[in-house]
Amino acid sequence: MHKYLIKRIFMMLPTLLGAGIFIFFLLRMIPGDVCLVRLGGQGGFVDPAAILACQQQLGLDQPLLVQFVTWFVSFFTLDFGVSMWTAQPIIQEVGLRFELSLQIAIMATLISIAIAIPLGIISAVKQNTWVDYLVRTFSIAGIAMPSFWLGILLILGILLTTQWWSGIPWLPPITYVPIWEDPARNLLQLIWPALATGYRYSAVATRMTRSAMLEVLREDYVRTARAKGVMEKLIVNRHALKNAMLPVITVIGIEFAFLMGGLVVTEQVFNLNGLGKLFVDSVTNYDYAMTQSLVLLVAVIFVITNIVIDVAYAWLDPRIRYS
Amino acid sequence: MGVMRRLLIAGAAATVGLAGAAQAETPKYGGTLNFVVGGNAPSFDGHQESTFAVIHPMAPFYSLLIKVNPENPSDPTAFVCDVCVGDVPKATDGGTTYTFPIVKNAKFHDGEALDAHDVAASLNHVMFPPEGVLSVRRAMYEMVESVKATDDYTVVIKLKYATAAFVPALANPYNWIYSASKLEADPNWYKTNIVGSGAFKLGEVQAGASFTGTKFDDYHVEGLPYLDGFKAIIAPKQSLRVQAIRGGRADIEFRSFPPKSRDDLIGALGAEQVNVQESTWNCNLSVSLNHNFPAFKDPRVRKALTLAIDRWGGSKYLSQIAIMKTVGGLIYPGHPWARSDEELEKIPGYWRDVEKSREEARRLLKEAGYENLSFDLVNRNVDQPYKIAGTWLIGEWKKIGVKASQRAVPTGEWFRSYRETKNYEAAVTATCQSIVNPILDLANNLSIDRSPQNYRDYINRDLDAVYDKAAKATTDEEAGQYMRDFEKGILDDNAHYMIVLWWHRLIPHRSYVKGWKVSPSHYLGQTLVDVWLDK
Repeated sequence: MHKYLIKRIFMMLPTLLGAGIFIFFLLRMIPGDVCLVRLGGQGGFVDPAAILACQQQLGLDQPLLVQFVTWFVSFFTLDFGVSMWTAQPIIQEVGLRFELSLQIAIMATLISIAIAIPLGIISAVKQNTWVDYLVRTFSIAGIAMPSFWLGILLILGILLTTQWWSGIPWLPPITYVPIWEDPARNLLQLIWPALATGYRYSAVATRMTRSAMLEVLREDYVRTARAKGVMEKLIVNRHALKNAMLPVITVIGIEFAFLMGGLVVTEQVFNLNGLGKLFVDSVTNYDYAMTQSLVLLVAVIFVITNIVIDVAYAWLDPRIRYS
Repeated sequence: MGVMRRLLIAGAAATVGLAGAAQAETPKYGGTLNFVVGGNAPSFDGHQESTFAVIHPMAPFYSLLIKVNPENPSDPTAFVCDVCVGDVPKATDGGTTYTFPIVKNAKFHDGEALDAHDVAASLNHVMFPPEGVLSVRRAMYEMVESVKATDDYTVVIKLKYATAAFVPALANPYNWIYSASKLEADPNWYKTNIVGSGAFKLGEVQAGASFTGTKFDDYHVEGLPYLDGFKAIIAPKQSLRVQAIRGGRADIEFRSFPPKSRDDLIGALGAEQVNVQESTWNCNLSVSLNHNFPAFKDPRVRKALTLAIDRWGGSKYLSQIAIMKTVGGLIYPGHPWARSDEELEKIPGYWRDVEKSREEARRLLKEAGYENLSFDLVNRNVDQPYKIAGTWLIGEWKKIGVKASQRAVPTGEWFRSYRETKNYEAAVTATCQSIVNPILDLANNLSIDRSPQNYRDYINRDLDAVYDKAAKATTDEEAGQYMRDFEKGILDDNAHYMIVLWWHRLIPHRSYVKGWKVSPSHYLGQTLVDVWLDK
């Protein structure tokens, strides 16, 4: 197992190298650059000499290959450089947002698990009954409804309800406070996006739990257990659920990794200063240095999540052994 | 130009009730102003940046040498001292020397005293930046020969030639006063640090999220500011900014909302809870025709396209859905040099009789051999007001048989196509300035070899000569007359450029926010010195 893990960690390097090369050259195919947007974005007076000076300051006047080698060598020596937009160290900019994105991802995952697993089990056990139909409708609605749209509805709903209730419209906080500084305010801000994304995320996991459970419940060993008179509750909880969890864990893991950098629109809707918003800002502002670093960060998160899922497989199913 | 039109354009009519009310009320001390900002600041250095996302959260931290009159920010010709003493000095030596006495009680937030050396170092940082330092507005100060501190409390600015463009250029809201010693130690220090001498000192910066400021007790103007502090909340999504004001998370947004958002806020909160201040914006929506495109080499074709546009009708209807309203020429419509409506109506494209206008357009196209003209219209992929205007323009041109296809592209590509590569046929463009300064604002209409900002790519020496006379005129009246001649040459005789409509600023805010007055630009009047909360 240890050997396997070390091998997987080393396997990250070519993945990151590929992602790095791909994003570096892909970004530079987009017409325009950060200096044009930064200095001319407002349509006012732009001195072409200033644009040139800005490009020189950021090294954008260098040949592409030189830019690539400089960036890549720096990256692998853990020097992430500074943002082309804010001139602040990238590590500092990402660090600030990472905390918020991680909290949202954890909260959304917990909400999702709390909804998906019970509903998936009930739906499988009560297959083709009204309960199953209800759960399936609920989960399909979650898949069909983008989380940002649900977020907009939540915000409008809160404003209208509070105005109707108290006469004064109330909006959840729109600036972030860490949970250890002010837990109530923190939760008051983050619970809504966590609900909006957690619901959508739970819909996929519910469907997966249901189908995995249905498959396992038809296995011979479950039939044998039933024939031996084992209680249905024990069959479901002890024999079926653990075995049905393998695909569910894969889905939950991949969704978690996605939440870390993929809440692009939802973060905008709730004004969350997370990694998704940083992604949007850096792409919009042609901040190559930041975008490249974020892409590699997301690649690292995905690779690590996959390793964790693989390890979880072995824990859930002792028959699986890696060498 | 009629006084009434100027008043209306400058938004004074919209704010006069508020201003009157504010004068009658005694300002209250205390409270924190929360406002939303629709963009994330690049670096913190105003000398190196050009976005309102820098001005809105950071202007309250800094002083200027002179500024737009906060009592009447709508007047584009009124300037007052900030860290200089008394009135803005008159030029001496035939209009080439300005001597500024500097206040003796100004301090930076770290306790360092502010003197003439700081002012001179800051202006030199903008006008004559050292190697490796970016200065976005450097080219605006070509008329400046030197900036010197002749003693601890006097700054002398010498010009190469007298010009009416200098004083407005000096009042640019980005010309923040920095510490000379900090600039000397590191000319890029202010890119990542904030230490000014404004009415508020920095509280906390949450990168990409918020800036807070607290009252600076040693501010050089006694009794100010009124607020205890402010919080600038960065919220790029417009709908959220509107909801933030509605839901009590913010009191105001200083850039502008579209008419629909204004109406939504009033509808949700009631007219008593929301005040709306409006002004013609010092931004115009224009069409640039690439003079290298065969059809647009012919002035008859260019004139036909401008004749097809019903600006008066467009103003009436577009202003209900977009941030555009005022019909105007090249000069900001609220400026004393701008043409009145009656004068504008004599310029092709501004005639009141739109049918006559379009008939003439068809005739010109036929005469030029371009009856079935079609072209590609590159546009910025942003709704307000670009795509709305682009879609409307296509409809207007269709009425004279011209087929334009709109291609909305991301901002970077839009800039690149019409500014850098000039690989375009026609483009929806916009010009947004801070201080109203017609001489500098219209420099983008000089011949291409004189102004790299001439994205139409033409050469017209006659017009260059008229502009030069305006730039070096010794009196405002003389400069104004030449600028009007220049404007006519661009819009009428040659149809080099097309102004569609001027933008319109709409600031709906909570009615308890007092002391803030709308100006022609979202870059002006953001020090928050006079703002107070009536609650």
